[in-house]
Amino acid sequence: MTDANALLQLVPKAEGKQSMKDFKSDQEVRWCPGCGDYAVLAAVQGFMPQLGLARENIVFVSGIGCSSRFPYYMNTYGMHSIHGRAPAIATGLAASRRDLSVWVVTGDGDALSIGGNHLIHALRRNVNLKILLFNNRIYGLTKGQYSPTSEVGKITKSTPMGSLDAPFNPVSLALGAEASFVARTVDSDRKHLTEVLRQAADHPGTALVEIYQNCNIFNDGAFEVLKDRQQAEEAVIRLEHGEPIRFGAGGTSRSSEAESGGGCKGVVRDRLTGDLRVVTVTPENEAEILVHDAHSASPTTAFALSRLADPDTLHNTPIGVFRSVDRPVYDTLMADQLDAAIEQNGKGDLGALLAGGDTWTVVG
Amino acid sequence: MTSQVSSTAEQADGAVVGEQRKAAGTKDVRRLDRVIIRFAGDSGDGMQLTGDRFTSETASFGNDLSTLPNFPAEIRAPAGTLPGVSSFQLHFADHDILTPGDAPNVLVAMNPAALKANIGDLPRGAEIIVNTDEFTKRAMQKVGYDASPLEDGSLDGYQLHPVPLTTLTVEALKEFDLTRKEAERSKNMFALGLLSWMYHRPTEGTEKFLRSKFAKKPDIAAANIAAFRAGWNFGETTEDFAVSYEVAPAATAFPPGVYRNISGNLALSYGLVAASRQADLPLFLGSYPITPASDILHELSRHKNFGVRTFQAEDEIAGIGAALGAAFGGSLAVTTTSGPGVALKSETIGLAVSLELPLLIVDIQRGGPSTGLPTKTEQADLLQAMYGRNGEAPVPVVAPRTPADCFDAALEAARIALTYRTPVFLLSDGYLANGSEPWRIPDLEELPDLRVRFAQGPNHALDDGTEVFWPYKRDPQTLARPWAIPGTPGLEHRIGGIEKQDGSGNISYDPANHDHMVRTRQAKVDGIEVPDVEVDDPDGTARVLVLGWGSTYGPVTAAVRRLRAAGESVAQAHLRHLNPFPRNLGAVLKGYDKVVIPEMNLGQLATLIRAKYLVDAHSYNQVNGMPFKAEQLAAALKEAIDD
Repeated sequence: MTDANALLQLVPKAEGKQSMKDFKSDQEVRWCPGCGDYAVLAAVQGFMPQLGLARENIVFVSGIGCSSRFPYYMNTYGMHSIHGRAPAIATGLAASRRDLSVWVVTGDGDALSIGGNHLIHALRRNVNLKILLFNNRIYGLTKGQYSPTSEVGKITKSTPMGSLDAPFNPVSLALGAEASFVARTVDSDRKHLTEVLRQAADHPGTALVEIYQNCNIFNDGAFEVLKDRQQAEEAVIRLEHGEPIRFGAGGTSRSSEAESGGGCKGVVRDRLTGDLRVVTVTPENEAEILVHDAHSASPTTAFALSRLADPDTLHNTPIGVFRSVDRPVYDTLMADQLDAAIEQNGKGDLGALLAGGDTWTVVG
Repeated sequence: MTSQVSSTAEQADGAVVGEQRKAAGTKDVRRLDRVIIRFAGDSGDGMQLTGDRFTSETASFGNDLSTLPNFPAEIRAPAGTLPGVSSFQLHFADHDILTPGDAPNVLVAMNPAALKANIGDLPRGAEIIVNTDEFTKRAMQKVGYDASPLEDGSLDGYQLHPVPLTTLTVEALKEFDLTRKEAERSKNMFALGLLSWMYHRPTEGTEKFLRSKFAKKPDIAAANIAAFRAGWNFGETTEDFAVSYEVAPAATAFPPGVYRNISGNLALSYGLVAASRQADLPLFLGSYPITPASDILHELSRHKNFGVRTFQAEDEIAGIGAALGAAFGGSLAVTTTSGPGVALKSETIGLAVSLELPLLIVDIQRGGPSTGLPTKTEQADLLQAMYGRNGEAPVPVVAPRTPADCFDAALEAARIALTYRTPVFLLSDGYLANGSEPWRIPDLEELPDLRVRFAQGPNHALDDGTEVFWPYKRDPQTLARPWAIPGTPGLEHRIGGIEKQDGSGNISYDPANHDHMVRTRQAKVDGIEVPDVEVDDPDGTARVLVLGWGSTYGPVTAAVRRLRAAGESVAQAHLRHLNPFPRNLGAVLKGYDKVVIPEMNLGQLATLIRAKYLVDAHSYNQVNGMPFKAEQLAAALKEAIDD
C-alpha cells in the first residue's frame, strides 16, 4: 500500500508527540450512560496520536443521530451537519482540500436510510474519506423506531406488530457500491477496532468501517452474541489477510487449537455453486479452508463472506477487513485534471477569457 | 446544433458571392431603424443555431440586439407537430433597444407547424418566408390545415415569400457526395444565407464558424458554406426578393469599449470565475444537471485552468452539500440549479444560514410548480428564495436585470456572501439565461476587490485570561463571524446545525440565547449594505411609479419609453437587491400616488412590498412562460396612469 502513504503525505504531520488528551474537546459528552459510543470515542481519541497528523488538518463531519454528536467531542475541526448528508459535505471538503484527513461519522439510519444515496455515491467515487458507520440496528435519537438494519419482525413503537422490511447488510451494500475498503468491527473490542481504524486511515480512497455498537436503551444486547466470550467463539469469524478463515472453540478433531492455529470451524468454497459455507475442520478438508485475500481485485469472495452471517442470530459474523484494494481516488483525479488543464492551456487568464469570442470596438 | 452535412466533395471558392454582391445596386435597398426576425422550425431543424449565427453576424456588425430563444423541453419532439416547434427571435436596431421585440417583422417558417404556431404573433404586413417543400397535404393536415394556407388567401395581408428551401438546398449541394436526406439538413444554412442577404449581414463570421465547427470534417463545413452562399445568391438573383434592408450600426447607443455578444448563463459563469479571482479563492461548483441551469455547469467545467473545481453530484442535495463542505474548507462555493432543485436544497441552505458560511445559490428560474415548464421563463421563486426554509432563516437575494448584467450580479452576490458569511440567492431566469445582448467587456481594474481575511489566531480572552478562538464572535460592523478554515493551527472548532451559544459556538438550548441568535442572524442580513435604488423620473412630475425586479427590466423600460414618447409621465425603479431592500426604497415608494409592479408571477414582490412598506402596490402579472411584451405592458401602465 505505497499509495496510502503517498496520500497521507499530503496531510501535514504533528510537530510534537500527541496524546489521547490532545484529541478531547472541552465539551461534556452527552450520550446515555453505558452507550457503546463512549467506547468508540475513546478508541478513536486513543488511535489519533498513532496517526501523528497535525490536529488542525483533521476534520470530522457527521450527520444526524446519536453517533453524529461525535465531532463535538473531538478537538479537531468538525461539522455536525444534517441528516444523511455528511458524505456529500465531506466530499466537497476532501475534493477541495487534499491536505486534510476527513472522517465521516454516521449511523445506520443516517447512512443507510435518509443518506443512502450519498453513501453509495461516495463509495463508487472513492473520495478520500474515512466513514465510520455506527450500526446499532435501531433509531436511538428519535427514541426507538426500527432502522434499515433491524431484523425483520422487530417490535418497536412504530412497528407494534413487527417490522416488515428486510434489512440492509451494510458490508454487502458497500461492496455492491464498488467500495475499495470495507471493514467491520465491534465497539467493545478496542484492540480490533483500533487495528481496523489504522488500516482504514492508511487506505487511499473511501474506507467504510461498520462498527457494531450497542444502544443500551432501545436495543440492548443486539450484539451480545458477538461479545460474550463463550458465544463469540462460535459466532465471530475474525478475518486476517493471508490467513485461513477459521473460527470456533478447539482445533480440528485430531489436533489442539494451539497447534493448528485455528478453530474447529472453517470457511470453504462450495465446488458446485462457488458460494462459501462453514464446515467443521478435519484433516481431510483442512487444505481446502479459504485463505482470506482482502486485496483480491474481484469483490466476489468478499461479498460471499458478507453473506455468511445469519441476520437474525448473527452466527458466522465475519469481522475485520473484507476488502482493501487500490483504485483511482476521486480527489486525486480531480487535482490531476486541474494540473493537466493548466499544462495544456496555461494558467487561466481572466482578461483573455472575458475578451474571447467575436468582439467589436465602439469608438467614442 | 444540427446543421451537419456529410460530404467528400471539395467546395468551390466564394468568388461567385463576391460578384453577386457587386450587382446589389440593381435592387432596391431600404433603410430601417430596427427589425424583429423570428426563425421557426422543427426542434431538429437547427433553428437555435441559425438564430445564434444571425445574432453573431448582427453583433459584429455593431447593431444593438436582444434575443429570445424559445424551444420545447423535449430534445426531439415528434416532427412536424405544434409542440415540436422551436423558434429564435432576434431584435436588432441602429439605436439602443431593451427587448427581443413584441411582434416579428419577418417570420421564417420551415414547415406548416412553424407557420401555425407563430402566425398569431405577426402583425399584418409582415414578411413571411415559408419553406414550400414542407407544405405537403399530410404535413398540413397534421397541424389542422384543411387547405393550404399558402393558397387559401388566409395570408393575404402578409408579404408571403414561398421558397422551396429544401429543393434549392439539395440542388445547391448536388455536387457533393451526399444523400438527399443529408443535403436537406443544410436548409437552415440556406435560410440563414437568404436572411443575411436581405439584411446586409457580414458573412465572414458564419463561414469561419462553420469551418471551425467542422474542422475535423472539412467536407461538411464546405457543404454548409455552399448552402449558406446559395441562400445569399438566391436572394440576390430571384425576383421575389426585390428589396433588401439596411440597419445601420448603433454607433451612439454604446459607450466606447470593446464589445461581445453574451448570454445570461455565460455572463453568470464568467462572473463566478471573476469573483473567484477577485476574492483570491478557488471556485468550487457542486451541481446536478437541470434545465435551464446546466450550461453554467458545462461552462465552468471548461475552466479548470482557473483552479475551478466542478462536481457533478448524485443529486441536488449532494450538489449543495459538497459546495458547503468546500466553503468550510475556504473555497468560493457555488451551487447552480432551478426551482425544483432549490426545493431539494432547502434544508442545506438552512444549515448554511446556521453555519454562517459563504455560499452562492444560483437559481435559474423556470415555469413551476413541480416540473412545470422547464424551458420557459418565470419569476415565481422569489418567495421560495425568501422564505422556503424551516425556522427563521434569512438569506440575501440578488437578481440580475439583463443577460449581460448576470456578470455583475454574480460579483455582487459573491461580495455579500464573502463579506457577511452567508448563503446568497442569485435569481436569474430562463429568459436571461438563454437570451443574449451586447456586453462591454470590463477592464479587470474595474472589478471589485473581494479579498477576505481568514481567521489566524485567538479572538477572545476568557475570564482567567486564556486566549481562545470563538467561532461565533462577530465583527461589530457586519455581524459576520470569523471564517477559520481547517489547517489553521489553534483554531480547531466545531460548528453545526444545532443552535449554538453566541460567541463560543457551543451547543446551547438556552431560550434567551436562541431568541438572541434568531434576531442576530436576521439583523446581519437586514444590515447588509446595498446601494440605494435609483429612480428614473425625468421631469419629476410622475404620479405613478413602476417598480420591477430581475428580467422584466427590458420590457418595463421599453414600455416606459413608449409612454413617455406619447407624452405620459411615469417614473421607473428597478430592484437588484430583494433582500435586504435598499434603504431608500420606503421613501421612494411613498413619493408616488400609485406603485405598479409587473411580475412574471402572481405578485410575489408586490406581496413583500405591501407587507414591509404598507404601500397599496398594484400587481400586473403574466405567467405564460414568456417575457412581457412592451406594448402590452405600456397599455397596462397607461391604464394605471389614467385610473
